[in-house]
Amino acid sequence: MSTTTPNKKGTFLGNRANYLDERLGVAGILKEFGRKVFPDHWSFMLGEVAMYSFVVLLISGTFLTFFFQPSMAEVVYDGVYGPLKGAEMSIAYASSLDISFEVRGGMLMRQVHHWSALLFVAAAGLHMLRVFFTGAFRKPREINWLVGFFLFVLGMGGGFTGYSLPDDLLSGNGLRIIDGMLKGVPVIGSSISSLLFDGEFPGHAVVARLYSLHIMIIPALIILLLAVHLFMVVIHKHTHYSGPGRKDTNVVGYPLMPVYVAKAGGFFFIVFGAIMLISATFTINPIWNYGGYDPSPVSAGTQPDWYIGWLDGALRLAPSHLEIVALGGTWSFNILIPLIVGVLFLVVVGAYPFIEKFVTGDNREHHVLDRPRNAPVRTAIGAAGVTFYAVLWAGAATDLIATHFRVSLNQVLLSMQILLIVAPIAAFWVTKRIALALQRKDREIVLHGRESGRIIRLPHGEFVEVHEPLDKFEMYKLVDFKSYQPTLARPNEDGKITVKARVRASFSKFYFQDRVAPVDQFELDEANHDHAPAIEAAPAAKKPAAKKSTAKKSVAKKPVAKKAVAKKTAKNPSAKKPAAKKATPKKK
Amino acid sequence: MSEKAKSAKEHKYEGGLAVVSADKVKDPGLEPHRVRMTDKSDKHERSANRQVAALFLLSAFGSIFSIYAYFAFPITEDLATVRANNLWLGLGITLGLFGIGIGAVHWAKTLMPDAEVSEERHQTRGSEEVRARAIEIIKLADQESGFTRRKLIRRSMYTALALFPLPAIFFFGDLGPNPGDSLRHTMWKKGTRLAKDPDGTPIKASDVTLGSVFHVIPAGLAELHHDKLNEKAKAAVLLVRVNPAELIETEERKGWSYDGIVAYSKICTHVGCPVALYEQQTHHLLCPCHQSTFDLVDGCKVVFGPAARPLPQLPIAVDAEGYLIAQSDFNEPVGPSFWER
Repeated sequence: MSTTTPNKKGTFLGNRANYLDERLGVAGILKEFGRKVFPDHWSFMLGEVAMYSFVVLLISGTFLTFFFQPSMAEVVYDGVYGPLKGAEMSIAYASSLDISFEVRGGMLMRQVHHWSALLFVAAAGLHMLRVFFTGAFRKPREINWLVGFFLFVLGMGGGFTGYSLPDDLLSGNGLRIIDGMLKGVPVIGSSISSLLFDGEFPGHAVVARLYSLHIMIIPALIILLLAVHLFMVVIHKHTHYSGPGRKDTNVVGYPLMPVYVAKAGGFFFIVFGAIMLISATFTINPIWNYGGYDPSPVSAGTQPDWYIGWLDGALRLAPSHLEIVALGGTWSFNILIPLIVGVLFLVVVGAYPFIEKFVTGDNREHHVLDRPRNAPVRTAIGAAGVTFYAVLWAGAATDLIATHFRVSLNQVLLSMQILLIVAPIAAFWVTKRIALALQRKDREIVLHGRESGRIIRLPHGEFVEVHEPLDKFEMYKLVDFKSYQPTLARPNEDGKITVKARVRASFSKFYFQDRVAPVDQFELDEANHDHAPAIEAAPAAKKPAAKKSTAKKSVAKKPVAKKAVAKKTAKNPSAKKPAAKKATPKKK
Repeated sequence: MSEKAKSAKEHKYEGGLAVVSADKVKDPGLEPHRVRMTDKSDKHERSANRQVAALFLLSAFGSIFSIYAYFAFPITEDLATVRANNLWLGLGITLGLFGIGIGAVHWAKTLMPDAEVSEERHQTRGSEEVRARAIEIIKLADQESGFTRRKLIRRSMYTALALFPLPAIFFFGDLGPNPGDSLRHTMWKKGTRLAKDPDGTPIKASDVTLGSVFHVIPAGLAELHHDKLNEKAKAAVLLVRVNPAELIETEERKGWSYDGIVAYSKICTHVGCPVALYEQQTHHLLCPCHQSTFDLVDGCKVVFGPAARPLPQLPIAVDAEGYLIAQSDFNEPVGPSFWER
């Protein structure tokens, strides 16, 4: 083996590698993974941010467990924080105050923990959006989408259970709301609430129980799913964006060792550093201002952490008087409807890859990502979902919107209720149109080049704008995408049109009725012929601008090649494709 | 499956509704690598080298500084020291982290090769031989164990496996008692004095001036040692005096107020937040959590927001010494709705 040679020489790395290989067999692992290629794109860092924030959560959380006491027993506060001296409070709250005011670095770690929790859910959410809008969830990654989805839900659960631990006024109110929601569940509601709180709210048990969930069960599940998530990334290899040389059969990027070890490893420190910087300079969750939990007082403008906002907003947006008494019990639809809407929304998010697979019937493996514009309806559905979520989320701030902008609270709420229905539909329509328009624009650019802003005068007096052709690499990015077309409900072997076929047909119509096909080679050749006259004139006019475009050598070179082609078939009739035709008058 | 159907399936187009263009624009292949300054000039390479090292050294300084800060900025009784401790510790560690992070990325971007490479990707599904071997193994295991053949064993195993986790579910039964009817009762009973929250001093009717609001608990609650918050979570009351002429009272509730003084449960009928905000002009009570609004002079009916039921009213009277007392407990359960209410 060649690796033995450097060992004999006794190089620094060689000796250590040999030591480890003889004991752990690391050579095989390195051979397999050491030069694994990872594609490079800023949007691929979102998932990394989420993962690194989770590591920071583990580090800061472990520190906090050494000082925090999850007990609801009452004590009289005798710490350094003056305003609360002598107040009765739970041990949980008192120990949270002690961490903040009596442990050096305790406040910092509390803030690091809270900020990284906020960042974890935010980054996971953005990562999910990236995966959605680029179609990275398609075969073979549907299962990994589900794993990621559960990670996101667990992230919210971890956040909420942690938020409730300090037992301050705000978090107690959050639990009160959970209690109210649980009680609204038909038949078993009050029993569930009683099980959670060990009797009546607030009881003496809930903080310790949430603590078990928060420091053991939820992190363990997150670690487990995270391992599965990453394992699948290794199995599938990372996706890459479409572009020259990027195919479903390869992966283009940088090798793990050394480039990605340095970049991704360094990025962990950058994420950690950013969280640390925020925590050093910005206060988060000043529990000492709120006081310990007491069921009677509450301050105006109470807000949950951001990621619970959409559920709180759903509660707020429910119309009045939705409670009925029927079938021997109370049906609190003012609570049930928001709950059901929230759960349904999540179910649709989790199930989306399977829905799209059903529509396209595409059973191939996809490793090249879509540009969002090239899947107009998916992008529009995503935009509608984001809008729906955003309205619910803004709904959790109706009171703050009303007070900050000095408008009527009632009107704000009514607007939100209307927006919840109207805005997603509008977002769908607008996004789809924009995506289609961008696709047409891409076609236009591919066929006729970029508008250079340079107007030239032709010998016979006509003024035309010079269009600079794209270089072939940039151009390929715009033509390399998958296009689908709607299908009809076809009869099966028995001559019957099944319901499934009908549903699929109408879905496929919804998805692909409006479609813009990628430019093909024929269209490209045709368009190049059309350009001939304008381009022939171009070199003369190019001189003044030549200095500016020295960097674009390929641009200057290209017209010459085209001229030759153009002369050969100069009399070719103009393109039959409408897109090409529409654009021709501009050039002539 | 017949041979014919099988072959038809094999030839089925995998792409579903995807349109495959026969005339796709040709892939020009990877774009040429652009050479960096550090690749071209030794001077740039050396300076990048120094920058990376400087960043790492900066990090070392930051880490040491934060240890220094741990001792140099202790926390004392003065609360401002907490801020200094937080800030300098945090900034030191920030420097320690950023130095490493930016240094490593800078190293990778300037000094490590930046030409993208392409690696073959294999289909996720196993090759035909591997799949054949996998099927063979499954078949062998099935044959040797008789999993498919021995129905009785298989089904009894399913039964056993389905039932074995069930005890765990029952084990959670003692997490809490049955709710019983505790949700229907509060501390209020006939003759309980209305007291101020939180100190528990009783309230005289004459203390309640027109338009004033009192946050009320039952007398004796402040002295409770056990389940104080549980009782408070049900018994909290808001007391307001309005012009008696403005009160809209049903026949049944005529005697529940005293000279324009009305007492309502403070626990929202939506999800239980305290309805703590009183708007004097409109006589509206507003819940700060979800903005349910109740009309105080009209039986605390819901005028806005997601709540469905009016706030329960506490019937009050005045005792011989002029203190406000409850006539009885609430006549309905307070707080959020629940199935059995």
